Amino acid sequence: MITINKRQQVTWYAGMTVQALLDALKYSYPHIIVTINGDLVKHDAYEQTTVPDEADVRVIHLIAGG
Amino acid sequence: MSKSTLKMLAAFGYEVPTIDRGYAGQTLYVNVGSGTITAKPVTEDMKTKFIGGRGFDLWLLWHGVKDGTKWNDPENEVVISSGPCGGTTQYPGSGKSIAAAISPLTDVVIDSNAGGHFGPYLKFAGWDAIEVQGKAERDVVVYINGPGGQVQLWEVPEDCPTDTHVLGHWLLEQFADDEQDKQQLAFVTAGTGSEHTLMGCLNFSLYDRKRQDLRYKQAGRGGIGTVFRHKKIKALVVKGFPVKGNLNHPADLERIVRVGADMQREVATWDPVQNRMRSRGTSYLVQIMDDYDLLPVMNYKFGSHPETPKINGDIWEARYTQGLPDGCWYGCTVACAHAVDNWKVRTGPYKGSCVIVDGPEYETIAGVGSNCGIFEPWAILEMNFYCDTYGIDTISFGTGMAFAMECYEAGILDPEKTCGLELNFGNAEAALEVLHQMGRGEGFGLIFGLGIRKMKTYFIEHFGADPQFVNDIGMEAKGLEYSEYLTKESLAQQGGYGLTNKGPQHDEAWLIFMDQVNNELPTFEDKAEALHYFPMWRTWFGLCGFCKLPWNDVVDPKNKLSSEPQKIMHHVENYRQIFIGVTGQEITYDDIITQSERVYNLQRVFNIRLGHGLRDHDAIPYRSAGPVIEEEYHSREERYDQQLREWLNLDPAAMTVAEKMAAHRQYREDRYEGLIDAVYKRRGWTNNGVPTPEKLQALGIDYPEVVEVVKRHL
Repeated sequence: MITINKRQQVTWYAGMTVQALLDALKYSYPHIIVTINGDLVKHDAYEQTTVPDEADVRVIHLIAGG
Repeated sequence: MSKSTLKMLAAFGYEVPTIDRGYAGQTLYVNVGSGTITAKPVTEDMKTKFIGGRGFDLWLLWHGVKDGTKWNDPENEVVISSGPCGGTTQYPGSGKSIAAAISPLTDVVIDSNAGGHFGPYLKFAGWDAIEVQGKAERDVVVYINGPGGQVQLWEVPEDCPTDTHVLGHWLLEQFADDEQDKQQLAFVTAGTGSEHTLMGCLNFSLYDRKRQDLRYKQAGRGGIGTVFRHKKIKALVVKGFPVKGNLNHPADLERIVRVGADMQREVATWDPVQNRMRSRGTSYLVQIMDDYDLLPVMNYKFGSHPETPKINGDIWEARYTQGLPDGCWYGCTVACAHAVDNWKVRTGPYKGSCVIVDGPEYETIAGVGSNCGIFEPWAILEMNFYCDTYGIDTISFGTGMAFAMECYEAGILDPEKTCGLELNFGNAEAALEVLHQMGRGEGFGLIFGLGIRKMKTYFIEHFGADPQFVNDIGMEAKGLEYSEYLTKESLAQQGGYGLTNKGPQHDEAWLIFMDQVNNELPTFEDKAEALHYFPMWRTWFGLCGFCKLPWNDVVDPKNKLSSEPQKIMHHVENYRQIFIGVTGQEITYDDIITQSERVYNLQRVFNIRLGHGLRDHDAIPYRSAGPVIEEEYHSREERYDQQLREWLNLDPAAMTVAEKMAAHRQYREDRYEGLIDAVYKRRGWTNNGVPTPEKLQALGIDYPEVVEVVKRHL
């Protein structure tokens, strides 16, 4: 199990990438910051970076305005 | 058509002042009833305390009306101002006009902004604001001729059109001396719908040189168009001067050019790979809102719908005419003001005409589209066009129609009560017919045009509607219809709509992602801080003449590494630099917030003066906080059940749906009250929402007549 933004629990599976996680969550907004256990994941590494089990994942959407 | 068909009622000659650091130094007062036209000086106190734009609007309106003034009293005013930075051409989004009046929907002050050329042209013609008071006997046009140094009040003939797209061409024929002259003209108009409803909007024109035709941007909210037509104003017309980069005579043009060039590069680099505003405008938000369960669907019952791809940004990108510089003011490279050209109108009095449809923008797509269960682009375009030309706010129309449709499906309305219309969700033809009835002033359109708050009362009194039900599902607060975002899972945004001065319009605060998705505002105090900072920051755009979009709709990714990425401080710094560059006044980030606080608190006191503006008036309909009907609960049952377990330590398996909904309601309503307490405290208000004398003194707006208002409520 991993935790998203200190609130949402998501079932972990082996090989889960950041991009797969974002797709599953339908996080489609382009301005985001992703960290895993406090470490920043660069945007161009989402496809390759895997998420470890029990990770503390933060996905911060940089949108303060509609 | 010649000008001889107009009858001059009054004229006022003036010497056009040299604009000094963004200010003309005077405001224009026109009484369309008495024919009085005068100039008023802009004092140093006005500039220091209220800056311009919305600040000037409020200050002039405050002195123009009485304690008991209603929207349809002659002393109510329509005030329009841009601001000291309005008319800047080097920085994107610097040509806004801000309009204000006492609203027929809310009975308090409404402010609403628009692009287009009117505000900057007005200033460059010699006026920091225009204040229109009185009520004319017959239809009039106010003409401000900058190059000629004249303000004139004209009575127009009875065959003068009213609907904006027709009236605009009539005005061009009247006031443009030649083709070149058309670019120097800008109009403010409304339409026939403004005459028959309380949700009238103002249309602000711009002459599109590439299309060689008029375009319009809307100051939509709160019924200012209704006030405008009630005064029998057909149009405000300004003739400005050819636009150049230094018309503001700024204190430091070099600084503005440097900052502007940096931002233009940022837009050119990042917009194509981010939101693509230059090709899709704000329509990009439709799919994103759907993805995050935030798109209003069927009167805010749901947050997404399988048919959303039929109306998302890709659809509109293909429909908008591409390759044209669609800025609503010169120099705006964000250029989000897209249009659909050559739209062949399918219904109503202009059926068969080929017209330009300005937009649709996100709010219109979501309002008249998904929120009404309508996923047909043709219908959205048709309603967009007719709302604009009739002078009707697309947001109030869309949200109001969503409410009427739910009332129809709940049996409160039936064909007998709607003049034969079957107002089910998704019935675009019926929605359009209501719109045409509003233009004609007949049938169900007259009831609908009163807005949701008055519709609720009407449905209760005449149709036997259950008061609690219609109050729960009628998405208005203070009398203003909600704009188009779902707030059930964001307490901060419930406050972002409810704890506003004018009513639920998202230009004050939009915190859904920070709160609901990012979980960055876990405590009441966190939410209160956000509901202090962001409304004040956003208020500042309207003081200066700026558009909000370039602040956060295109951002260099380096912002991610900043200490406060949500604030986009490198853009805040840009705005600070532009303000200093124009006015020569050194300001800090704290000064920006303080400037806004003065205006914001004055507006709050103004509302109290008008008999509103207290805690009771910050109430919100329950649908904005939680599920009203079982269908809504079932649509998110897993989430709601989990919340019962986590928040309230309840076992949903042992509860009926009605019990679960009641538990949610108690919890969510208590939380909203807790939020109010925290926000009032942060803003320096009493527990009843009244700014304290100490707060007013700290802000330097402790004028005796202002303090007198709050003392009555301490």
